[in-house]
Amino acid sequence: MVSRMTMSAEAPWYDLFSRGARDWLRHNEKVRESVQQNLPDLIAGSDLITGSQDRTVRVPVKMLEHARFRLSDSMESQSDAGQGQGQPGDVLRPAQHGHEEGQGDRGEGEVQLLLELKVDDIMDWLWEELKLPDLQPKRNTAVEDEEYVRQGWDKHGARARLDRRRTVKEAVKRRAIQENPLPFINEDLRFRQLVQRRKPATNAVVIFALDVSASMTEAERKLAKTFFFFALQGIRRRYAKVETRFIAHTTEAWEFTESEFFQVTGTGGTGASTAFNLALDLIHTQYDPAQYNSYLFYASDGENFTEDRTAATEGLTQLAELLNYVGYVETVPGSLRTTETEMKMICGQLERNGAAIGTSVLTRPDDIWKAIRKFFVQQAEQSEAA
Amino acid sequence: MSAVPNPTLQEYSKRIEQLALDLGLDYYPVDFELVPNNFMMEIAVYGLPVRMPHWSFGIRYIHQLIRQGMGNSRIFEVMFPGDPCHAYLVNDNTVPENTLVVAHVLGHADFAKNNHLFARFMEMAGGHILEQAAARAHQIDAALEEYGQERVEAVLDAALALEPHIDINQELHRPLYPTHQAPRGEVPEPDAFRKRFHNLPGEKIISEPQRMSSRALIPPQSEYDLLWFIANYAPDLEGWERDIFLAVREESYYFYPVFACQIMNEGWASYWHARLLREADFLPHDLYLSAIKAHSDVVRPYAADNQLALAVNPYHLGFSIWEDIIEKNGIDAARGIMKEEDDFGFIRNYLSVELAEKLELFVYESHDDGGIKIANRDIHAIRESILAPKFNYGAPRIAATHLHIDGSLEMLHDHESDGRGLDINRAERVLEYIARVWRRPVSLQTVGHSGNTRVISSKKS
Repeated sequence: MVSRMTMSAEAPWYDLFSRGARDWLRHNEKVRESVQQNLPDLIAGSDLITGSQDRTVRVPVKMLEHARFRLSDSMESQSDAGQGQGQPGDVLRPAQHGHEEGQGDRGEGEVQLLLELKVDDIMDWLWEELKLPDLQPKRNTAVEDEEYVRQGWDKHGARARLDRRRTVKEAVKRRAIQENPLPFINEDLRFRQLVQRRKPATNAVVIFALDVSASMTEAERKLAKTFFFFALQGIRRRYAKVETRFIAHTTEAWEFTESEFFQVTGTGGTGASTAFNLALDLIHTQYDPAQYNSYLFYASDGENFTEDRTAATEGLTQLAELLNYVGYVETVPGSLRTTETEMKMICGQLERNGAAIGTSVLTRPDDIWKAIRKFFVQQAEQSEAA
Repeated sequence: MSAVPNPTLQEYSKRIEQLALDLGLDYYPVDFELVPNNFMMEIAVYGLPVRMPHWSFGIRYIHQLIRQGMGNSRIFEVMFPGDPCHAYLVNDNTVPENTLVVAHVLGHADFAKNNHLFARFMEMAGGHILEQAAARAHQIDAALEEYGQERVEAVLDAALALEPHIDINQELHRPLYPTHQAPRGEVPEPDAFRKRFHNLPGEKIISEPQRMSSRALIPPQSEYDLLWFIANYAPDLEGWERDIFLAVREESYYFYPVFACQIMNEGWASYWHARLLREADFLPHDLYLSAIKAHSDVVRPYAADNQLALAVNPYHLGFSIWEDIIEKNGIDAARGIMKEEDDFGFIRNYLSVELAEKLELFVYESHDDGGIKIANRDIHAIRESILAPKFNYGAPRIAATHLHIDGSLEMLHDHESDGRGLDINRAERVLEYIARVWRRPVSLQTVGHSGNTRVISSKKS
């Protein structure tokens, strides 16, 4: 008999790479791209600010589906063949309450993909997408920081700053022209030199102020929180060192840590001037405007006691003069209000008078991107005009 | 991984083959290759040992990886028909398991040489589809280098989405439509029927065709081979893009016999591995027992021990029908059926009332609210339910119907044969895939839930 079979176990080429893994990576890349395109939707929905410590956020995403033509799901019922005992009419599975479950059961077991995104990447995409200008540090920052930079070499210096590479280079040069050269002599030694240089201050402080009076609901806080997060990330892009302070107020104002800040709930009415005065206090005592680029972002539902109007206007005016920029966001989840709120009126007036202040209204997560864009564009324009 | 296959396995395989030849199995040479499990998984995911890259395979890959990780999916063998056939075995499966697989593969090889669908494909495409697929995969890699991921992916998105949209009644290699149609009223070119019967007594002699002709409609009739149509008639398709469409189409033709004969083919291979092992008296008793255990793991109803299953194991169904046929009519009759049928004929003609009863087959209905109940045990309903996913290569019937002067394309979903309209959301996305390679507006007509006409159009870019 002539065998018609061969059997081999060679060809280990396929051990070298996995096409499946390659295509899976490509799928993930595509998910990333689509995430990038829908970023504002995705991010506004998830809790971001708290995860900012590790500089990544996790976004749950669906796997992509390569679409094919398919018949629509039948309106009535679908028939299939099965196997086993039982009589026609026997219920194999009772109807489920709530339709969602039945839908998810069909098809292959759903796999949830948790995409880990670097906050820095997100910010890069956002900046690109929103076409945001970089912030301008104040030009009139009086005091500059001292810094040491490396500059040049010397034949004497501390051992720690010995430049080995340079020293060897010198030795090689010398040996090339000497007849019986020693490997190294003291003359070869080269040390790095440091010089002191002054550079413009790149410190920044961002003060977040939040109205925590009874009228601020969870939805409003969430809008404010997301906005604050991205405003802060935007500022961090520009400055080497950014300090943050958190102020909450009702008719009084207190300073909080970041983690406490978003948990605080107050009762009673609203007097924004208290927060502005506390901010002024911080600026005067700790953040000399001559040394710091400073920003204030204030979020509120717009309600403010009319009796507080003069004090609030006064406080804001002073702040606007000292700070690079003051941003006011009004959180109105749901629908736009027809009448102008007290706070918006005050800010509007100051803005018309040329103060470095801007106002945005947030009704839904989408608005956050508009507001971010507005603040950064406006700030850039204002600092150019200044 | 050992570089040399287990000598025991080789020895048993030789003797099993001798037995198979003695029992009348008839096949092209088979090249067996022992491969690691992870490569086996990729073969199963891609459908070919080396195939074009696409992100959708990545999704299947990860699903398979998860299923295997959970231990509920194990691939024993993959067999590719051809001359020679290529069969893959997992190198760390046991010798009894692989002995069984060798016997099983010989059954497949016999089926692939003799079944008319397989034979027809081989006649059209030759016996080296694996090598061709690998060569095309390399070409596509080269295209990726040259034209960039985005462009190549756009073509693959469209072509692979249309994978089952071929016309299996047509030839793999078919000529383009005539560019000019005969003038109205003229008798068309005599076809085979007319040639044979045109001289019927009393029939008028056909007059010479007139010289006048007009531009032919494209397509002249509804064209269901969308891959072929796009490859040949897309207004601005470049050569390399066309090659990709034709590659997907050829592979689709190759997969069709496997798809259309799955129950028969798996049943046939299972019948033969069981019989070959039974008659292989040279196998040590414990190896035989282990192999038979592997056999019953593969060829068993999903519903075992008084349980119910909402699916039918094709291995078990096919195996049971073949046993029934051979018991009643003998092996020669069975071979005849194997040559001529596909699953449609096989199930309709040979899944008898008695057998369906013995196998406890039923039809169940699942409702929108998640409720499921046994509908009936009617033999016709059972047969049609088993066959339903196989109609038209498992895809809706969609035809290209009109290519306009401006290059825009109209398509039509034959919702009457399919019984309902298309899933609109998916259809829109497929249309976007098509429009990107067609580069002109594309529209598709189907029906909505209430039977109203729905026209989907590609977005203007």
